[in-house]
Amino acid sequence: MRLAAGDASALALGLSPGMTLADARARAPDIRVVAHRPEADAALLQRVLLDFGRFTPMAATDGLDGLALDVTGCAHLFGGEEGLVRAVAARASGVGLAVRLALAGTPEAARALARFGRGGIHEGEGQSQALRRLPVAALELSEKETQALSRAGLKTLAHLADRPTAPIAARFGAAAATRLNRVLGREDARIRPERPVPLVSVDRILVEPITETTEVEAVLGDLLSEAMDRLDLRGQGGRAFQVGFFRLDGEVRHISVRTGRPTRDAPAVLRLFRERLASLARPLDPGFGFDQLRLSVPVADRLASRQRGFDRTPPGAEDLGRLVDRLTARLGPEAVSRFEPVASHWPERTVRLTPAALPPGEDGEWPEPDPVDPPLRPLQMFDPPQPILATAEVPDHPPNRFIWRRVDHRLVRVEGPERIAPEWWRRLRGPLEPTRDYYRVEDQEGRRFWLFRSGFYGEEPAPRWFVHGVFA
Amino acid sequence: MGSSPKIEALREHLKALEADGHPVDDARFDLGHSAADRHLGGLATHGLHEVYAATTPDATAALGFALGLVRRAGGDRPVVWGVQAMAGLETGQIHGPGLRELGLDPGRLVLVRVKEMKDLLAAGEEALSCGAVGAVLLTAWGESKALSLTATRRLSMAAGQGRATAVLTRLAAQPQPSAAETRWRVRGGLSRALEAEAPGHPTYAVELLRHRLGAQPRTWIMEWDRERGVFEQGGQNAGHEQSKRPTLPGGLVSPAADGSAAAGGGAVRRYG
Repeated sequence: MRLAAGDASALALGLSPGMTLADARARAPDIRVVAHRPEADAALLQRVLLDFGRFTPMAATDGLDGLALDVTGCAHLFGGEEGLVRAVAARASGVGLAVRLALAGTPEAARALARFGRGGIHEGEGQSQALRRLPVAALELSEKETQALSRAGLKTLAHLADRPTAPIAARFGAAAATRLNRVLGREDARIRPERPVPLVSVDRILVEPITETTEVEAVLGDLLSEAMDRLDLRGQGGRAFQVGFFRLDGEVRHISVRTGRPTRDAPAVLRLFRERLASLARPLDPGFGFDQLRLSVPVADRLASRQRGFDRTPPGAEDLGRLVDRLTARLGPEAVSRFEPVASHWPERTVRLTPAALPPGEDGEWPEPDPVDPPLRPLQMFDPPQPILATAEVPDHPPNRFIWRRVDHRLVRVEGPERIAPEWWRRLRGPLEPTRDYYRVEDQEGRRFWLFRSGFYGEEPAPRWFVHGVFA
Repeated sequence: MGSSPKIEALREHLKALEADGHPVDDARFDLGHSAADRHLGGLATHGLHEVYAATTPDATAALGFALGLVRRAGGDRPVVWGVQAMAGLETGQIHGPGLRELGLDPGRLVLVRVKEMKDLLAAGEEALSCGAVGAVLLTAWGESKALSLTATRRLSMAAGQGRATAVLTRLAAQPQPSAAETRWRVRGGLSRALEAEAPGHPTYAVELLRHRLGAQPRTWIMEWDRERGVFEQGGQNAGHEQSKRPTLPGGLVSPAADGSAAAGGGAVRRYG
């Protein structure tokens, strides 16, 4: 067994990661050893990341034990960079973490300063000086390359910084040159935040944590109207809204709602949130209270004046959209849907159900029924078709009776067959489904069914009968 | 009269409360079926109507009749159809092209699929009262405590508030007291055969079980005419009656209006 990591006091004793446990015990007999659980570490890091989202929306994990926060434009919220670093440090020690913080012009520089230097806030000339003092290990190259560098007498970044890049790349590999440029801040590689950066994001940091629903709604209402003003400036309306509830003890919960069409109607969105919060499977638990709420708008669309589409939108459509949004918020997007025609003749594929909250797709056409025909397609369809036992006087003739769900249906009217062949061009794998012969039939009780025979008589496999739908 | 709009609104509200969930306006629609229209004197447009499937295999017939009511009442406004998942499993899923074949525009329909009765009722109430839909059709499966007299009264009230038609189809359930304006029991009917004994147009055996304004229970055979959007005299011997019938555009039949006044005036208040 080997040491995976040690805290500050362990490192002070001369123990280092990678050392065998026996070795460590020999040096310091009364150390406390805990089994290493990488997945628990990762989970903790994720939770901290989520919580540190309160400082900036641009946060990402950095390695297995670090976080990178892009705080560009965020520092003033915490009283300048010192204030921000103090706030981060307080937050971290509050949840029992020992951290080293570095704030620098680029993420790589900050990382090198935090991991190989002494941390702190750096900028301009001071930052280059601090970076130049770092050991070459700060480049985080492979062991072989690091060794090669030190054998060449290049111990710190200062030794490398003033040399032309090309010979370094030639001698120690292209990676060394790239890393050097990045760590020294000559090249700026942006961090990739864990969640997409919203278009609009509004924060409210609360002096007193809140717990009551009414208070939460009041704050939410404020945030919404502020966000709507910002959307208005951009000429946009939100299609999705997300609220982050930051709890005093570091738990974060994100709740989102979606709307069918872009909106800037703050009261309507507040209503959606109210519905959503009321119908949560796991209710929102304020614990000791929320000390910060963040509203973000990850998806927005152009929302021009209401006159747009005046000729196409039927009156009341706006309200119908609102109704759809409310029902969707309560029941989920799959529960509220609308029919869209599909250009296909295979019965299962002629129609598609799409969430009604999504904007309508390409307008397909519903086939126009012939005025003299009775309905040729059933009102209700079984998916999958239900197997039945059907008999015909002569094979290949229309059926004269069938048994389904243990009920015997004697047929008094029959029309057919309507032959429907499968769409061979859609076949991806497996054998093609047999051709179907459809019959419209009516039994002695006046019930109308849509039956089909799958396959032909005299062929293998033997034909089978199904009821596919019921006519009104 | 110097009464402000506020007072007027309050009066309206009071009127609605006094009506005990029943429609406060007298907007009515007819079926286009002359005998039934004469008997009924029209159906309340902004009220609740209940359609029971006589047996489970008659579910599709009941839905077909209910869709006919929706089309007669709702005009071209959007329709919300709430369905309990169990109904879809037992009697088949609603098929968009099949709606088109009955003369309804599937594009104007919002389908709401729920599991529980209480969700169905809540969604129905919300859709009815929002004012943006012409009709709300609900398909409920089985008996349920949630579908109480109070629940139907709420639906009826929501229909009056949002000026929409509510049609509650009940599958696998026995008729029971409710606040509905009318209650029907539907089974499939033998259609008039087309050429070569082909099944004909949708035909229903429709039984009026209850009418709040006191029309007596009766049974008719009705055939749905998709092109004109009316119910016709149906069944084997319907041929000549149809040819005599004056065909009015839009299916507005004036005798129904007279009949409605008569039925309304002499109504005996009854609760089923």
